[in-house]
Amino acid sequence: MNLDQCKKGHKVKILGIGNTDIRAQAIRFGICEGEIINCAEVVPAGPVVVRKNNQEIAIGRRLARQITVELIG
Amino acid sequence: MHCHESGVKINIPPDSRKIVLAGNPNVGKSVFFNALTGLYVDVSNYPGTTLEISHGRYGSDVIIDTPGVYGISSFNDEERIARDIILDADVVVNIVDAVHLERDLFLTQQIIDTGVPVVVALNMLDEAEKQGRRIDTDLLADLLGVPVIPTVAVKQMGMDELKEKICCARPGNIDPALHSKLHELHDRVANQGEALLILEGDPVVAERHGIAPGTEREEIYLSRRARVNDIVGHVVSEGSKGSGLGTMLGRMMIQPVTGIPLLALCLYLMYKFIGVFIAGDIVGFTEETLMQGKYEPFIRSVVSRYFSEDSVLGTILIGEFGVLTMTVTYILGLLLPLVFGFYLVLSAFEDSGYLPRIAALTDRALSGIGLNGRAVIPLILGFGCVTLATIVTRVLGSERERRIAVFLLALAIPCSAQLAVIAGLITSLNGSLIALYVMSVLTVLIVAGTLLNRFLPGESTDLLIDLPPLRLPRVENVLKKTITKSYHFVMEATPLFAGGALLIGILQVTGLLQVLQRLLAPVTVGWLGMPKESATIFIMGFVRRDFGAAGLYNLGLNDFQTVIGLVTITLFVPCIASTLIIFKERSKREGFIMWSGVLFLAFLIGGLLNQVYRATGSVYGVIIGLAAVLVITVLLSKFPVRKQKLTSEGINYGR
Repeated sequence: MNLDQCKKGHKVKILGIGNTDIRAQAIRFGICEGEIINCAEVVPAGPVVVRKNNQEIAIGRRLARQITVELIG
Repeated sequence: MHCHESGVKINIPPDSRKIVLAGNPNVGKSVFFNALTGLYVDVSNYPGTTLEISHGRYGSDVIIDTPGVYGISSFNDEERIARDIILDADVVVNIVDAVHLERDLFLTQQIIDTGVPVVVALNMLDEAEKQGRRIDTDLLADLLGVPVIPTVAVKQMGMDELKEKICCARPGNIDPALHSKLHELHDRVANQGEALLILEGDPVVAERHGIAPGTEREEIYLSRRARVNDIVGHVVSEGSKGSGLGTMLGRMMIQPVTGIPLLALCLYLMYKFIGVFIAGDIVGFTEETLMQGKYEPFIRSVVSRYFSEDSVLGTILIGEFGVLTMTVTYILGLLLPLVFGFYLVLSAFEDSGYLPRIAALTDRALSGIGLNGRAVIPLILGFGCVTLATIVTRVLGSERERRIAVFLLALAIPCSAQLAVIAGLITSLNGSLIALYVMSVLTVLIVAGTLLNRFLPGESTDLLIDLPPLRLPRVENVLKKTITKSYHFVMEATPLFAGGALLIGILQVTGLLQVLQRLLAPVTVGWLGMPKESATIFIMGFVRRDFGAAGLYNLGLNDFQTVIGLVTITLFVPCIASTLIIFKERSKREGFIMWSGVLFLAFLIGGLLNQVYRATGSVYGVIIGLAAVLVITVLLSKFPVRKQKLTSEGINYGR
């Protein structure tokens, strides 16, 4: 599934980020492929907020659609 | 543009060291900078940009501040500047947020990989401990290979130890595999930091050395990330995390159900504070009692000892638009209190971490006008200063977004000075007229944005923004920012206003003003339905829109004319400073198209409102007309002709 389909409270593993520049910048934030993150908030039709440790990042809806994830819990 | 010259123009004595402060955004760098440098601070522009870099003396050495970044590369201006200053440093003091250790250490490790001597200040330890997070600083120092000083900068804790340890800064531990790669490049690139950036595929640094940029960025980043995660795993022990009020409030700010009322409440409080308290009570005192009551009679009596008030020089100096009367009163009595109030609120917003949350909240709505949530930052800043906001559009991810944002800023965002004047005028109007004004400007903003989004080629980028923890802004920092910005405002606005007043004074004494007023009468009287004297406010408006708006006070307009005047002058071309920046940022040709487009639209829309009012004979008729235009625009944008595809062009981080 893609990140935009996640619900609040989901814990997911990132499988792929479909864009090299975004991938490089996400690594700096600690969000790489294989990493496990929490879906902290989903703004209706808007961005998905993911949380890893104490870090929160808002990801635009269209971009979230480009990130494939696997639901863990 | 290629700028081979790296580094800011700072006079550095040959024997003094360059100590560079580096860190992620919102880690409290400015507090360190102030603590280390004291009072004597210089601000210089970085070549080729308008970003300001502060530097000050520290003993016989120089301390240089850098913009907050998550890494050094070429993703945006901030990074490019931080990169060049860090590559040129003798010592880097890296400030690390203990709460976000895993994020911040990526930059730390990247700086260490450049080979420069580093000392780490582990800041906000108190906040980390409050969250039940313990950090083994000795082990962290061992693993990084550089001194680590625990600090709580806002309480001045650990600052003395940091000062002592700056001399103990040393190059840290580098991943052996990376080290050997750097070593291979050593013959061609002597500077290890530049070699690193070339390996990481930085196009600018590679070009400086005439070497093809490396292709291993992702591998290096991934192994650095793994190394950092490993270090964090060893040094951090996590206790029970209290999610706290801040987290809850942060969530409420981005959910539309709670976020929109919260934003509305904030804007309402802002209006109460700036529009009512400052524009009413404070300005009432400063403008009327102080300036018009005390200062103006004083300066008139002084000047009229030498020149009669009716003489040419007297008119220019102390007449209706006098350089010594109107200019001083407007700037100090009217604009300064308003601008100060606005910057106060804005700085508090900036420091609290609310802005990126507004970005997340408004992302959906802004995508309709071809922008993403990040654009809310320049748009809100635009209500402070359009010039500043135009520069800040650089945080946007693509040229397309910048073009849209700059145009909308020039057209439909009134700056604080102007807002203040508007707020003062608008309170005398009744509800339906206020609604008419707000709706007119909003409709223009939405329609212009939607049309640009529809017809400009290319695609806009997506939101990717860090949400920093919410913090109570520090009064000291907020005040300092506000004072600095207000000071710059006065310094910049005074000569412009004086020039404008002088121009109008000269036009007045030469009789040209009457000629211009007659010439413009078909537009002002015929089309806008205003008195012919209103030509004066538009002439002042070319200098600054707020000067024009301020002129509305004395024209003796009826209520509807006031609204027409307000709408036209709100949409009018931005001030000279903004115009120059637009030309610089967007090329002369594009700048000229924007500027003349804005001028044309301002008169077109002001006049249309007047004509519709004449035809329907009621304010509600105009409001219904505007609503119809809005609905049509929204409906039109529902028919998709756009092919939306993800673009990677220059996406960058939030601040």
